[in-house]
Amino acid sequence: MIVAGRVFASYADAIGSDRATVSVPDPATVGAVRAAVTTLSPSMPPRPIIAVNEEYATDDVIIAPGDEVAVIPPVAGG
Amino acid sequence: MSRSAIVTAPIDVSAIAEEVQAATSGAVATFLGTVRNTSGGRAVTGLEYSAYTEMATREMDAIVREAIAIATGVELVAVHRVGDLMVGDVCVMIAAAHAHRSPAFDACRYAIEEIKKRVPIWKRERYADGSSEWVNACTQHATSAST
Repeated sequence: MIVAGRVFASYADAIGSDRATVSVPDPATVGAVRAAVTTLSPSMPPRPIIAVNEEYATDDVIIAPGDEVAVIPPVAGG
Repeated sequence: MSRSAIVTAPIDVSAIAEEVQAATSGAVATFLGTVRNTSGGRAVTGLEYSAYTEMATREMDAIVREAIAIATGVELVAVHRVGDLMVGDVCVMIAAAHAHRSPAFDACRYAIEEIKKRVPIWKRERYADGSSEWVNACTQHATSAST
């Protein structure tokens, strides 16, 4: 499955876009997407945080068509 | 009414403190996060905050609910500003009102600590030498989300 997602802040700078697309085997798990996004830039960390539908997601979560996927750099609010 | 918000305009500190206070309040605890002029020994001229606004709003709302659950009866407002901020600007404010000070302090402290850990907001520091860098402040959630 092709998974398209949003990318933010330092990760967006690293890959040169605030959108990214990766191809993963079906069923598309967060773990597979997490691994795939690390290949988008040498500056990506080994295990970036993934959110699905605006919630932090663990590796076993299955991504369905239409889900909103995001790659979340370490947060720095406050 | 307790609430949270992500805003671009300056935070009106006195208005928010007044907003949480009621006739039943005996205490209003407030926390202000402000932009500091140094970071790691470098002179900072300003910050740019950006957010995954939809998710940040959702996380802020969840934190407000959790704070109310641990400090029953508290009235709490949490506001985070995004965009370009100057040294001295208020970037985040928590105001918690309660009949007594202890739950007000507890709720206020809980809210700011959770905001720093969980809310998808990022900051880029601008330095006096003209350079800028994203600040990687909190990696705590990375551990819990990946296990």
